[in-house]
Amino acid sequence: MATAAIITTSDVLELSEPLLLDGGQRLEGVRIAYETYGTLSAARDNAILVCHATTGDQHVASPHPITGKPGWWDRMVGPGKPIDTGRFHVICANVLGGCMGSTGPASPAPDGQPYGMRFPVITIRDMVRAQVALLAELGIGRLYAVVGGSMGGMQALSMAADWPQLAERVLVIAATATMPAQNIAFQELGRQAVMADPDWQEGNYYGTGKAPDSGLAVARMAAHITYLSEASLTEKFGRRLQDRQAKSFGFDADFQIESYLRHQGLSFISRFDANSYLYITRAMSYFDLAEEHGGRLADAFAGTTARFCVVSFDTDWLYPTEQSRRLVHALSATGAAVSFVELSAPFGHDSFLLDVPALDRVVTGFLSR
Amino acid sequence: MSALRTDLAVIAGHVTSATRVLDVGCGDGTLLAALRDERGCNVHGMEIDPANVANCVEKGLSVIQGDADKDLAFYPDGAFDYAILSQTLQTTMRPDRVLEELLRVGRRAFVSFPNFAHWRVRLSLLWGGRMPVTRLLPVAWYETPNIHHMTVNDFRALVGERGIKVEQAWFLAGDKGTSPAAANFRAEHAVFLLSR
Repeated sequence: MATAAIITTSDVLELSEPLLLDGGQRLEGVRIAYETYGTLSAARDNAILVCHATTGDQHVASPHPITGKPGWWDRMVGPGKPIDTGRFHVICANVLGGCMGSTGPASPAPDGQPYGMRFPVITIRDMVRAQVALLAELGIGRLYAVVGGSMGGMQALSMAADWPQLAERVLVIAATATMPAQNIAFQELGRQAVMADPDWQEGNYYGTGKAPDSGLAVARMAAHITYLSEASLTEKFGRRLQDRQAKSFGFDADFQIESYLRHQGLSFISRFDANSYLYITRAMSYFDLAEEHGGRLADAFAGTTARFCVVSFDTDWLYPTEQSRRLVHALSATGAAVSFVELSAPFGHDSFLLDVPALDRVVTGFLSR
Repeated sequence: MSALRTDLAVIAGHVTSATRVLDVGCGDGTLLAALRDERGCNVHGMEIDPANVANCVEKGLSVIQGDADKDLAFYPDGAFDYAILSQTLQTTMRPDRVLEELLRVGRRAFVSFPNFAHWRVRLSLLWGGRMPVTRLLPVAWYETPNIHHMTVNDFRALVGERGIKVEQAWFLAGDKGTSPAAANFRAEHAVFLLSR
């Protein structure tokens, strides 16, 4: 059992300035829940911002307060680990629109009632605006690195494009600069599952004693499949039956994979707000860094002096290597210092969260100098 | 730079300090690290083998996993002062196109390759009647990555046809140099510095 990193701070900070969003709205009194690990150096030059994925949160290397499970990147962040909290001051914040303490659709609007669907539609760049504002409040003007996998990687890219002087190193794992149609399709499927649940009540389920749990669980089950690979499903579950010798000729979870997915769905609803899921996946669907910069991805990075490292996995069909390659070609075209590697790992998109020693080596190496 | 392979040492010894360098097929990044640490160059690499790319990243190098035949296309014209292709040209699908690309992205190019007309190779074919396995061509024909064998004279002819200028050339037998006139017979490998 790995030792958990020592949390230096677990706090919620209210931004002193309103956030001006891509959609045109002003969001006042934004609160950001965050954790820090390790000590900020006197020169303030060792801060690493870790950006979490769609359903992650600030508990990157501390036990989750609801599930009690280890932090989502406990294997990567901690003393002596690739993102070494003995050397770096690691910051991880719950994204804008999230449901673990940062302002989102479940938070009270100025009228005291939860925003629900009155919450403005946000973008990945809006999430980064909140991260940047948090860093400013914390007095951190420059990051040693910004690091993220999946949606976290998109935030890292968005930061590199629009705040080019902020991070000296940008580490992007299993992500994309432009959300492809297949991913938008799965995100829409998840949202429709939530919105088709009568308990969703047009988003006004807070305080009613009901929530779109079945819809959210189905959304999670579908999404979870996209995070895995055919090979890993076959190896882990195959056609094995769950606690029985024969098929039931009914609709119970006969197969282990069915039982596993149901469990994933159920455990997810205990820790996630359905409206947050809608808003966060919407932000991902909208993400197109090229479009934000006149249609040419290379122009997004015209101002960069950062060093980049882009990693993909050969079994990740949700954010396939081709997406990373497009990004790398755009970075190369700008003359940026960029590394790229496609690692071989069996776990599909989830490889970035799991035991892939080659990833540890790349992360350690990239952050070492 | 004594730890470098002979042809790499020649290249490293002739790269101007503080220039922008791309090493295509950079392997584990030995040359790039030397150019960075000893010449203050701004170094970039391309390498096809992911394990080697990981080794490079561990050294703090900027290296892209990519294929010389395809991925040079994404660099703008004149992006580098030097493009280096050491012992890689003979492994590409279209060496002529790779050479053109090299001189598009780099203002100058270093190219090194094993000479298939070296006397030992000739003897092996002439008397043995078998594809040669030598110190510089150590792998049997069926598993060698070298798919386009060439000689010093072949290479001279190609660059001549394409109007590419040979700024300098080094011909190596063992760790020693050999004369340009005898190179096609005596050189085990050759290093060319090219420009347009």
